[in-house]
Amino acid sequence: MYENVEMRQVLGNVLEELMDKDERIVVIDADLAKANGTLNLRKKFPERAFDIGIAEQNMASVAAGMAAYGFIPFICSFTPFTTRRICDQIAISIAYAKRNVKIIGTDPGITAELNGGTHMSMEDIGVIRSIPNMVIFEPVDAVQLAKAMPKIVEYDGVVYIRTLRKSSPIIFSDDYEFDLFKADTIREGKDVTLFAAGIMVKEALEAADILKAEGIEAEIINIHTIKPIDREAVITSAKKTGAVVTCENHNVMGGLKSAVAEVLIEECPVPLKAIGVQDHFGEVAKLDYLKKKYHMTANDIVEAANQVIAKKR
Amino acid sequence: MDRNEIIFLEDKSRHIRRLIVDEIGKLGVGHIGGCLSAVEGLVVLYYKAMNIDPKNPHMEGRDRFIMSKGHAGPALYAVLADKGYFDISELDTLNRPETNLPSHCDMLKTTGVDMTAGSLGQGISCAVGMAKASKIKKDNAYIYCMVGDGETQEGQVWEAAMFASHSKLNNLIAFTDNNKMQIDGNTKEIVSVEPLADKWAAFGWNVLSVDGHNVEEIYNAIIEAKKSTDKPSMIILDTIKGKGVSFIEAMGAANHSTPISEEQRIKALEELK
Repeated sequence: MYENVEMRQVLGNVLEELMDKDERIVVIDADLAKANGTLNLRKKFPERAFDIGIAEQNMASVAAGMAAYGFIPFICSFTPFTTRRICDQIAISIAYAKRNVKIIGTDPGITAELNGGTHMSMEDIGVIRSIPNMVIFEPVDAVQLAKAMPKIVEYDGVVYIRTLRKSSPIIFSDDYEFDLFKADTIREGKDVTLFAAGIMVKEALEAADILKAEGIEAEIINIHTIKPIDREAVITSAKKTGAVVTCENHNVMGGLKSAVAEVLIEECPVPLKAIGVQDHFGEVAKLDYLKKKYHMTANDIVEAANQVIAKKR
Repeated sequence: MDRNEIIFLEDKSRHIRRLIVDEIGKLGVGHIGGCLSAVEGLVVLYYKAMNIDPKNPHMEGRDRFIMSKGHAGPALYAVLADKGYFDISELDTLNRPETNLPSHCDMLKTTGVDMTAGSLGQGISCAVGMAKASKIKKDNAYIYCMVGDGETQEGQVWEAAMFASHSKLNNLIAFTDNNKMQIDGNTKEIVSVEPLADKWAAFGWNVLSVDGHNVEEIYNAIIEAKKSTDKPSMIILDTIKGKGVSFIEAMGAANHSTPISEEQRIKALEELK
């Protein structure tokens, strides 16, 4: 039912349903409501959906104040502006004060495409992950996003939702059961584990098909919640396959690679390679071009998988 | 306000100053200057203006106070303890391990503290959020907030100011504790925030300027602010950093955070008798 539906449309629709049911939910935008699919909420909820102007710091602390009053605010912008720009407001007004605010960032990493380097958050997960009390969720497709939103409202605490705005190939079926704190095994395998998040799940699936033709069985685990990471899922799969490739649309420092490696280095050290942005800034270009340039394609994953398998003892 | 009420609030202010000096003096160091300058504003709020119940600190529809200049926590704690939000003996735990009274305000630790603050510029935004929330809930609460004059160098203060007036938050009454000093020196020499009243007026606020150590003037300003039908109010309190203790006042900007010896504590308490 979500084929070719943009993620932002899902976001707007699900928020409308949730706001209908729960009067505590408010949605605050910083002049990107049109871009993020939240503009129409204002027609139906003129008090609970509003624009704060281009003032993200104020947005974060206003949300914290509203949360102190019993509301559940969603604050929305592009990923760089809901994370690195307002890191201190998130840390102090929201996380340190344990205010129940949900943070929506769209266009993560290279998906900012033609907005270019200034708008490409390669560090947002790293910034947010190092703040206590945070949950970080990155959906793969519209199905997962739609199923996650009610759970995120149910969860009493800060959640950072890092999502694509445009449409994404549908990976999950409509009867998929979502658990915010449990990773999803998308494909089982015994030779190598591909831990993937967001847009990189599609690349991992293509990589697994290529590997299968080579006689290699890759396991694919979607880490949709990067913090707190599902340690058990990471350890169980790494023990089974003995080789790991992480696949993320983020700097390979501070994000998924770091989160997975932090678990494995303590519990089950195995050969590991990281596919992602190799510690540099972004630039303007379409997604396919950037994936190739930054070595984030299915072929790059295949190559990394072969390297870690070769390193197995 | 009648003469007896004025005398009560003046006596109370002197008493709160004694509690602050004791609280910080027994520890031996703290943000004494900016605590002492804030006293009359806090006393008028907590003993006269605010709709609160110390026995029911989470009362629905109560007025809120956010100490945006969060380093004045010890001044607020003295008031909250004296009001009965917690036992007065807790003041002796200030900044000791496992205390409920940390340097900067923490709503998760201290009964009666309505919002965590300390990273400057954020508290006023939180207050704006509460004023907006109160409007949606229609609970008729007033949201009070105190910022420092130095704090208004933070850009976030003006983001908050712009949004509050745009949203017609007339239930928001803020104070500037204009003691004209900050850590590195006199505010006008570091980065001047003047003309402060004009700035707030230009941002669409109802602005009142009063002697920040005159309880009657402060109370009258609050009454005046409550008449505002469509604007948030800023009451600029003309204050003296370290007010009430001559040797602390004489230190100037150096009194922002300073060691207080046992002799100094006793001397200060003598002066506040």
